[in-house]
Amino acid sequence: MRILLFANRTTKEIVRDPMAILFGLGFPIVLLLLLSAINKSIPVDLFNITELTPGIAVFGLSFMALFAAQVVSKDRESSFLTRLFTTPMTSKDFIIGYSLPLLLMSVVQGIICYIVAIILGLSISTSMFMAIALLVPPAFIFVSLGLICGTLLSEKAATGLSGALLTNLAAWLSGIWFDLDLVGGLFKNIAYVLPFVHAVDMGKAAMSGQYSDIFPHLWWVLGYAVVLTVLAIVLFKKKMKAD
Amino acid sequence: MTTAISINSLTKKYGMKTVVDNISFSIKEGELFGLLGVNGAGKTTLIKMLSGLTKPTTGDATLLGKSVTQSPEQVRQVIAVSPQETAIASNLTVRENLELMAGIQGFNKEEGKRKADEMIAQFSLQPYENQRGKTLSGGWQRKLSIAIALISEPRILFLDEPTLGLDILGRRELWAQIEKLKEKTTIILTTHYLEEAEALSDRICIMKNGQMKALGSAKELIETSNKTSFEDAFVYFVTEGDVQ
Repeated sequence: MRILLFANRTTKEIVRDPMAILFGLGFPIVLLLLLSAINKSIPVDLFNITELTPGIAVFGLSFMALFAAQVVSKDRESSFLTRLFTTPMTSKDFIIGYSLPLLLMSVVQGIICYIVAIILGLSISTSMFMAIALLVPPAFIFVSLGLICGTLLSEKAATGLSGALLTNLAAWLSGIWFDLDLVGGLFKNIAYVLPFVHAVDMGKAAMSGQYSDIFPHLWWVLGYAVVLTVLAIVLFKKKMKAD
Repeated sequence: MTTAISINSLTKKYGMKTVVDNISFSIKEGELFGLLGVNGAGKTTLIKMLSGLTKPTTGDATLLGKSVTQSPEQVRQVIAVSPQETAIASNLTVRENLELMAGIQGFNKEEGKRKADEMIAQFSLQPYENQRGKTLSGGWQRKLSIAIALISEPRILFLDEPTLGLDILGRRELWAQIEKLKEKTTIILTTHYLEEAEALSDRICIMKNGQMKALGSAKELIETSNKTSFEDAFVYFVTEGDVQ
């Protein structure tokens, strides 16, 4: 009951911010439209709609980290969390109440991204559902990163880190905009130690119907998702006690 | 009158720094108790310990017989806190804020709606009930903040700087609301406005460097300090006075 009430509140707090809708939903769609238009003029394999859509869908998830960081840090700075800490709400109520709406928004955002891609020429296939389902593990990564930033940092720092740094990291180190083999070396090695390119690669594998190629990328993503989710829970609980 | 809060040798240390130093006193049920002190006196830390937000380093306190160290969950059932900041959900409407808090406190949907109606009427929030929290003026945000704290019908209410930043009319209006609450709620009020503490409080505790420097009604503190005004008495206790 408390979880659903708080999750409902988190949803309203985010969707009533027009900037959230603009960036969270609008920006990935604009990128999809723009890169598809570029691909029509100068065809590049990477910007082929089947290759591009899983990448843009993962990139769109980075905004969920921004929303999570924003809502948690704002609640801390306004003392709304302090007030709630004196109520019967438990750490479970808080963590699920913050995360659940963002995880659902991630899936909705992914679905919208794929619908736009269909309008742009992507063929409808069952693989698409697998690709959308595979957005859930990276969604945990981004939401957890947002929760961690929101728990530890001021609103300004948390939104800066999640909004600017994380979206850029997710963009540059995910192989969405350019083939990482073109850069190679240390850059590529670093990218493959991080989860972003794995999230994109497993989406591409799903879209191509080569489900065995989802691995080992899924393990990387799941590993990061579990570690970051546990870290977010531990840090939030610690913050609850410290406050 | 029964005891609402009993504080026994409560101490809070952060590393080597003692923020609250061996404080003991009790507050009666229905009393409006003022907590005064200059910045860094330890008022907020004391309130945090009493409301279960921070664990004491040593000592204990009981609120309506429930220990803050042994059963903080039970303490949370009988208290509410209105923090110094307005502490509202900024993108929710006034009504949504109230209904959210009612739900969190365990009221079902119908009860929550009824409680929200009561608070809206009590704090004259009708013209703003469908307005989002962030669009309210400072005064209305403060009223909403106190209304949110009261929706659970707490037996003990902590008001941390409730009139901070309000103009004199807003403050007077809020004072009247606080006065009305005295009938059925024990209130612990921290404020920097001395006239506010003097006007509202039954008894006042003056703190300095984590220690209690004086305790009594405003009149008693003036008499003890041999001063003619409460402001002078306060200055006396925080500059040279000793525990009375």
